[in-house]
Amino acid sequence: MADYKMHLLVCGGTGCNASDSEQIRDNLLTEVEKHDLNDEVQVVMTGCFGFCEKGPIVKILPDNTFYVQVKPEDASTIVEEHLIKGRKVERLLYKDPENNEPISDSKHMEFYKKQVRIALRNCGFINPENIDEYIARDGYAALAKCLGERTPQQVIDEIKLSGQRGRGGGGFPTGLKWEITSKSVADQKYVVCNADEGDPGAFMDRSILEGDPHSVIEAMAICGYCTGSTKGLVYIRAEYPLAIQRLKTAIKQAREYGLLGDEIFGTPFSFDITLRYGAGAFVCGEETALIHSMEGLRGEPTFKPPFPSESGYLGKPTTVNNVETLASIPVIINKGAAFFNSIGTAKSKGTKVFALAGKINNVGLIEVPMGTTLREVIFDIGGGIKGGKKFKAVQTGGPSGGCLTNSFLDTPIDYDNLISAGSMMGSGGMIVMDEDDCMVSIAKFYLEFTLDESCGKCTPCRIGNKRLFEILDKITKGLGTEEDLSRLRSLCKVIKDTSLCGLGQTSPNPILSTLDNFYDEYLAHVKEHKCPAGQCKSLVKYTINHDKCTGCTLCFRNCPVGAIAGEKRAPHTIDNSICIKCGVCYDKCKFDAISVS
Amino acid sequence: MPKIKLSQRTIEIVKEICLSFENNEGELINVLHEAQHKLGYLPAEVQELIAHELNMSIAKVYGVVTFYSFFNMLPQGEFPISVCMGTACYVRGAEQILHEIKRQLNIEVGQSTPDGKFSLNCLRCVGACGLAPVVMVGEKVYGRVAPQQIRKIIAEYQEGCVRPEKHEM
Repeated sequence: MADYKMHLLVCGGTGCNASDSEQIRDNLLTEVEKHDLNDEVQVVMTGCFGFCEKGPIVKILPDNTFYVQVKPEDASTIVEEHLIKGRKVERLLYKDPENNEPISDSKHMEFYKKQVRIALRNCGFINPENIDEYIARDGYAALAKCLGERTPQQVIDEIKLSGQRGRGGGGFPTGLKWEITSKSVADQKYVVCNADEGDPGAFMDRSILEGDPHSVIEAMAICGYCTGSTKGLVYIRAEYPLAIQRLKTAIKQAREYGLLGDEIFGTPFSFDITLRYGAGAFVCGEETALIHSMEGLRGEPTFKPPFPSESGYLGKPTTVNNVETLASIPVIINKGAAFFNSIGTAKSKGTKVFALAGKINNVGLIEVPMGTTLREVIFDIGGGIKGGKKFKAVQTGGPSGGCLTNSFLDTPIDYDNLISAGSMMGSGGMIVMDEDDCMVSIAKFYLEFTLDESCGKCTPCRIGNKRLFEILDKITKGLGTEEDLSRLRSLCKVIKDTSLCGLGQTSPNPILSTLDNFYDEYLAHVKEHKCPAGQCKSLVKYTINHDKCTGCTLCFRNCPVGAIAGEKRAPHTIDNSICIKCGVCYDKCKFDAISVS
Repeated sequence: MPKIKLSQRTIEIVKEICLSFENNEGELINVLHEAQHKLGYLPAEVQELIAHELNMSIAKVYGVVTFYSFFNMLPQGEFPISVCMGTACYVRGAEQILHEIKRQLNIEVGQSTPDGKFSLNCLRCVGACGLAPVVMVGEKVYGRVAPQQIRKIIAEYQEGCVRPEKHEM
């Protein structure tokens, strides 16, 4: 990267890509060429910057200017003003929500201040399709160190000492997992990277693979060296075309550089990686199911033990690691276990990446030290709740997790604290909800997901979840009774205790945590047949207050189904047989004339 | 379902795909991915052929096809519409969006319009949670969609593909 005086980094993450960031890059390239700056300015498409809410993002180095919500037509202004005249384009700078002052360096933004980036260290800094940029940032140095200076056991000891635990959700100590495989005796062993990110609302693994694929490749090779495996497999969702393409490019480059293949760095160690595609089954995130899927079978889990570390892919010892776990490995080797160990809480070390989404101001991808509180994440980094509404709950752990309320906001985030709070770490999805969200509906939403994704092998999960869903459906339609609530609880317990794999054992969590934390809301549904949040369609009715309605026709014009009628300047009415309860009229009305009951 | 007769060309394509994976039973999922990529969907007849080529039972192939949501047994519309039903989109109103699309196109999830132009599906998280709620039409992502915009989005495709009347040769 040394030859250029300036670098324009354009975010190529999924969110920004969907907002035309490729066009922005192309326009910047054209402008740079037009002004004959090709030799001095480099335009690079990077991985995700994390600040998705403000995307598309363009960052300029070396002065670290961070432009937000850039449009393709802004390219000429950026080049003419910033690059040529040396003036920052103020209207594209991020504005501090507190005082509306522009902030040009991302370091000074609340969103980035509390973050510590280990797994995401290169995302948004390098061109993921250029191996030289990865190498320039200490890439493959960890692999060289392991192969050249250390025995496999020494590397395993270092990982064990770092205290790293699996980031896929289970939290199993990574070093220990590697050690078990290394001690298993077999003619062939495998390293598997689990990139089957099925948790809805979570996009950490995808962003790492799109933004820094080499970190995963390097870590897989290190794992191969430690465990005595020569073959690596990445099990990746077919729904992630960009990640697949970048990973393929990265593997090809690594082979060309001799960093994959035979006798790496001139040592006897050989290792290569191939890709396996998932086909959309949440249960395949479970390692035994994932292995069956890689073998070309239905992705159904099997009973453990034997654990994959002893008998996995094709019956051979297999280490299965999550993307984020792997991405941190090179840092542990380069900076030492003590560095990693110094971050975090007593039992959870290092950092964790979260996909922060929902009703929050700063949707995005963040990485914070373990032990950061939910309040810091939601209110400092996340910038609080959208539209000045009230915080109601935060859901962690996806369909296996739970909803945490106000009283847990000061809980430091780590594996054990989240479990004792009734949720779990999961893979890192964090969905924030406000006062307008009905917790019964949320529980039903997750159950519907589980129902869809249950593989059907064991009865408690297949039939039990269906019954849970039916009860919840009944409640949201106003047909539930108080007995249903106790039935929910006892059925949840049976499903948790008797299901075969993690999917069934955790599927009742969204119900249990909402029953614990929002019992009043359930009661309102079954006793008064009311939905306090006004979300359950069967239970709400929109009406127009004729004293307040001025007949401005705004609601009439915005109603997508034509359920509103009325003459200009005369009070309007809603036909509830047509109304789909989308709430648009309620949001649009300037006179507060529409009420929800 | 009525039987369809595969064209000679289709048969060749499927056989080539199987052969490229050395007719290996363990490669079934990769074979199915490739076949769907080339043919658009996986009707029963294609599954029968794959089972024959890989020397495995049709039931096993069918079992795998129906297990994974990525595989389709029905043809998709010219413009497949997918509504993201990830949690982030859900809490930002994806359900109303879905409802509105169903109403506009008069089809249910998993179906296609009678003219074959649109098909409707739900998917789990596009990864563009910052733009929630998200709708995809083909490869194009529409972010921060409101129910009122649906009519316009659909019209874009309907108008865009008004072609001069075709005459049967």
